[in-house]
Amino acid sequence: MSRDTEVLVLGGGSTGAGVARDLARRGVDVTLVEQGNLTHGTTGRMHGLLHSGGRYAVSDQASASECIEENRVLRDIASHCVEETGGLFAKRPEDDESYFEEKLQGCRECGIPAEVLTGREARELEPYLSEDVDKAISVPDGAIDPFRLVVANAVDAENHGARIETHTEVVDVLVEGGADSSAGASDGDRGDVVGVTVEHHAGSGNRVHGAPGEREDITAEYVVNATGAWAGQIGDMAGVDVAVRPSKGVMTVMNVRQVDTVVNRCRPKGDADIVVPHETTAILGTTDEEVSDPADYPEEGWEVDLVIDQLTELVPILAEARTIRSFWGVRPLYEPPDVGSQDPTDITRDYFLLDHEERDGLRGMSSIVGGKFTTYRMMAEEISDHVCDQLGVRGRCTTAEEALPGSEHPARLDAAMDDFGLRSPIARRSGQRLGSRAEDVLDTSGPNPVVCECEAVTRAEVSDAITQSGSDLNAVRIRTRASMGNCQGGMCCHRMANVLSADYPEATTRGAWDELVDERWKGHRHALWGEQLSQAALNTFLHATTMNRDHDPAGRHPTGGNGSAPGDDAADTGPGAVDVDFAAFDAGAATDGGRPTDEASRGGGADGSRNGGA
Amino acid sequence: MAIRDDVLVVGGGLAGMTAALAAAREGASVRVVTDSESTLQQASGLVDVLGYPTPHDDADDAGNRTPVANPFDAVDALPDDHPYRLVGVDALRGGLSVFDDATGDLYRGGHTERNALVPTVGGTVKPTARYPASVAPGLASDDRTTLLVGFDGDTDVDAPNVAAHLRAAGVPFDVGGVTVEFPGDLDGTDQQTRLAHALDTDEDGVRRRLAERVKRSPKRAGDDVFGEGGDADDGAAVDGFGDVDRVGFPAVLGRARPRQVRDALAERLDAAVFELPPAPPSLPGVRLRYRLRDALREAGVAVTTGNPVVDHDVEPTEGAGGDGAENPAPRITTIYADRNGTKTPYEPDAVVLATGGLVGGGIDSERDAVYEPVFDCPVAHPEDRYDWSDADAFGPHAFARFGVRIDADGRVLGADGAPLYANLTAAGGVVGGYDAAAEKSASGVSLATGYAAGRTAVAAASSSHPTPTDVTADR
Ligand SMILES: Cc1cc2nc3c(=O)[nH]c(=O)nc-3n(C[C@H](O)[C@H](O)[C@H](O)COP(=O)(O)OP(=O)(O)OC[C@H]3O[C@@H](n4cnc5c(N)ncnc54)[C@H](O)[C@@H]3O)c2cc1C
Ligand SMILES: Cc1cc2nc3c(=O)[nH]c(=O)nc-3n(C[C@H](O)[C@H](O)[C@H](O)COP(=O)(O)OP(=O)(O)OC[C@H]3O[C@@H](n4cnc5c(N)ncnc54)[C@H](O)[C@@H]3O)c2cc1C
Repeated sequence: MSRDTEVLVLGGGSTGAGVARDLARRGVDVTLVEQGNLTHGTTGRMHGLLHSGGRYAVSDQASASECIEENRVLRDIASHCVEETGGLFAKRPEDDESYFEEKLQGCRECGIPAEVLTGREARELEPYLSEDVDKAISVPDGAIDPFRLVVANAVDAENHGARIETHTEVVDVLVEGGADSSAGASDGDRGDVVGVTVEHHAGSGNRVHGAPGEREDITAEYVVNATGAWAGQIGDMAGVDVAVRPSKGVMTVMNVRQVDTVVNRCRPKGDADIVVPHETTAILGTTDEEVSDPADYPEEGWEVDLVIDQLTELVPILAEARTIRSFWGVRPLYEPPDVGSQDPTDITRDYFLLDHEERDGLRGMSSIVGGKFTTYRMMAEEISDHVCDQLGVRGRCTTAEEALPGSEHPARLDAAMDDFGLRSPIARRSGQRLGSRAEDVLDTSGPNPVVCECEAVTRAEVSDAITQSGSDLNAVRIRTRASMGNCQGGMCCHRMANVLSADYPEATTRGAWDELVDERWKGHRHALWGEQLSQAALNTFLHATTMNRDHDPAGRHPTGGNGSAPGDDAADTGPGAVDVDFAAFDAGAATDGGRPTDEASRGGGADGSRNGGA
Repeated sequence: MAIRDDVLVVGGGLAGMTAALAAAREGASVRVVTDSESTLQQASGLVDVLGYPTPHDDADDAGNRTPVANPFDAVDALPDDHPYRLVGVDALRGGLSVFDDATGDLYRGGHTERNALVPTVGGTVKPTARYPASVAPGLASDDRTTLLVGFDGDTDVDAPNVAAHLRAAGVPFDVGGVTVEFPGDLDGTDQQTRLAHALDTDEDGVRRRLAERVKRSPKRAGDDVFGEGGDADDGAAVDGFGDVDRVGFPAVLGRARPRQVRDALAERLDAAVFELPPAPPSLPGVRLRYRLRDALREAGVAVTTGNPVVDHDVEPTEGAGGDGAENPAPRITTIYADRNGTKTPYEPDAVVLATGGLVGGGIDSERDAVYEPVFDCPVAHPEDRYDWSDADAFGPHAFARFGVRIDADGRVLGADGAPLYANLTAAGGVVGGYDAAAEKSASGVSLATGYAAGRTAVAAASSSHPTPTDVTADR
């Protein structure tokens, strides 16, 4: 029987993208479907720590060993996504001395290079570290950019023949045959998974393969459920129980990089104990609270206050620093049915491969749950091995040796910078963002103005991102970091839309602009005090006062524009559109050569007193 | 020795300058003490009075989203504690007259009570009451065929996109857009100023070259406003260019000699020429600031810039001691401005607070408090920080209304509803109770409250003089 694809991967986070890359490189025909854009789920909402394993060196040594192994691999294959910042476990006087020793010992047992620093040595490395810190352990933690890494995986998968479909939501799992259809029973034949039904959504030009709202069946020999915190919902569609326990955590983004090293608090476990430097910012985290729905949970102010207050004990200037936004993610935690932890912080960070044939009698599908971003490649390798076993494919995993696209020629980055005569820090940052593609992207003949001043993103980069991700400006933002700095898009959302307008109709451009503004606002809202509140006020002046976008006669969020003929602008309005009676307004003084309509000129002459009632 | 004036205005934005001019009209000696830049460098240069009196009421009722043609008539629809309702329409008219006198031929709109609809760089139209002369030929209620011109390398204005957006907005004229390369170097910082300077001095014949590029510019697909044909290389004007009645540019058409630049381009293009009110940094805003500074100088107002007010002394009014409502409010006696680390004292008779809102620095906040930093005037705000803003980017944000409360004379009120000081009034962004961005009322409120605050300050000052002047008399 012929199927649309050999393997269908559900979910475009790090796990799904990693599996797609691995299988494609082994010669398997893979299709990946993702309901949003890539990194839409937890992967786009994580802390960006490339674990050394130090955090698990006491509590979970198996994870710790995997982390250090993968940490080395990623620094090698994805050097353009990793910043080798190093990390510290800093101890304050009130923190337990024996735990410090256990941590050091644990690191050594797991093969994590670890060194003890005195408080003074630690402050030489990180001048803003609190005076109270009496000692620290240094480990090879790093900062990793999940957006670039996932995109690089997807590009490599595509280069090896995979099909990546974003804005494509799985709405049903197709099961054929099967004697016993009641979920929960642990044996009996539940039949074969033969594919899924998807529904296409609007959102991103190039990557939309079907028309919005359209449904389609995609059949496959084997389905990999890599939907993370959503894995239970896919399980429900297939009639099997996948008990993911989603747990939310906050991350708070500061306006500058107060630390250049990852700073961890050296104590057993707890919330709000880590600062990760990331590009031009530092990100504080996090909390750990179980939630029932991974897509709809409260984002609470106390969480933001908690991370700032707690981390101020390690890095006192954080108390005075400017916060630009906060965001939340949900961990796809899983524990086998028999454990039953009460506190989500007790749930293991390990990952589980659930073979539904073995577990539930449902052939043709496995789910992958739990785990960490840092170990995504290793997880993908294990799943791919398993899938290849099922399909009888022999192919060797090459993902640990072969560099990801963009990282092949690190030395060429510097050369590219000189070639294009770009001024620092733009070239440096563009080079870092683009990896070895810098030369292609930045080689424009015309002017290349800066679109986003906060993050120094040029028009060429925005254009390139549009070529790659279509009309979805949030996807463009993720690729380029444009609109992610201090002003949170106040000055550049409309500029990004302007770049988009070169390739898309006005209504599509306007809709993408609205989505970007709305998305920026969602995160910005969690940092609204001090300078960031003033920034929000300035942004509303720019968008509402200068541009009147809140009362746009053409409305916001137009959807009908895509297909309409040029010039057929009437179809390009959106909700909130109004008909304005232009003739009722001032059409200018005759002395300026205006051709006022009759009505307006009548209104003008009669009551035109320049001196009012003074 | 402390510096003495009748009226000291703290803050040199539009509201502070209006208050100073209104007070000087009454014959008072006036000084403006201000920290550096005001928001005028960022502002589009338009003076909005009132476009949407009920912007956040029932969204299904299109009336709430449709601009009002006559802002004065719409004031009654505002809530009771809105600054316009407090100081009254007469103060608004007074403020506008101060503005019109000061700006002269730089501004238009005073010939009518009606709002004008001005095309914005965002592709919408906006209701406004006064607009720069450079913007005047571009009004949206004028049905002349329009070509918008953008410069490659200027990321703020994409002319074809603005034109398409205006068509979607239903403007009553044909409009198209083209992008041309500005003749000359556009890279680097401070673009607006450099382009304006080149046009001012007409270096390398830049006015002629720009006009030629516009005439020869190829059309963009979809802009079938100008007929067929047109090619940048063959040197001929685009077919149908002759049908263009007016040409709009980004707001860079000269800083020192804007009129001359527009006239030169208009002559070569054989069309009216106008500017689109810009995103920051804004040359029309800068031109307005210079014009108002000149007006202050002519009115004899002293201006001290770069000196934030950091401290003040208060003294109860002599003879105080009654109780209840009879107890007169205390007076501010001394104001201290910081000048390179040393405190300079001023001893004015009356003080106008015009330090701006959240953007200008007149209102500030911490994680759990919103405050007015100079005199610590009470600023009402919701307890929970999450109630300071709305979940919708353009929703009814509480922060938009943050500010001090005033009475009908512009006096700052304390938490008990009585004047906080006998000689303190407030104007502009620092005043609360209105949503400037959603209503399109920012500058209008600055003019109305500036007018009221300036005149009341003179009255308060003269009541402390031996020979009071009658401020209510007509000039
Ligand atoms: C607060 C926080 C901080 C973290 N910090 C770190 C860290 O610093 N370092 C680290 O290594 N790890 C960290 N993690 C863990 C890490 O982020 C996750 O383990 C990892 O990103 C999970 O990736 P994933 O691909 O399995 O899941 P996801 O990224 O969630 O991917 C699943 C995808 O499936 C899609 N999907 C769901 N339902 C459907 C459907 N019906 N149809 C189509 N698509 C669907 C979703 O949209 C989503 O994109 C953190 C996690 C959290 C919550
Ligand atoms: C981006 C933007 C676009 C705008 N566009 C328009 C528009 O199109 N139409 C319209 O009508 N209005 C517009 N405005 C609004 C307008 O420019 C003014 O913000 C408004 O009129 C309020 O003016 P203000 O004088 O009260 O405040 P500001 O302009 O903020 O001036 C306050 C002044 O007080 C000074 N100051 C603050 N603290 C101290 C201190 N302690 N001591 C001394 N001085 C101090 C500041 O330095 C500043 O000079 C716009 C504003 C912005 C920000």
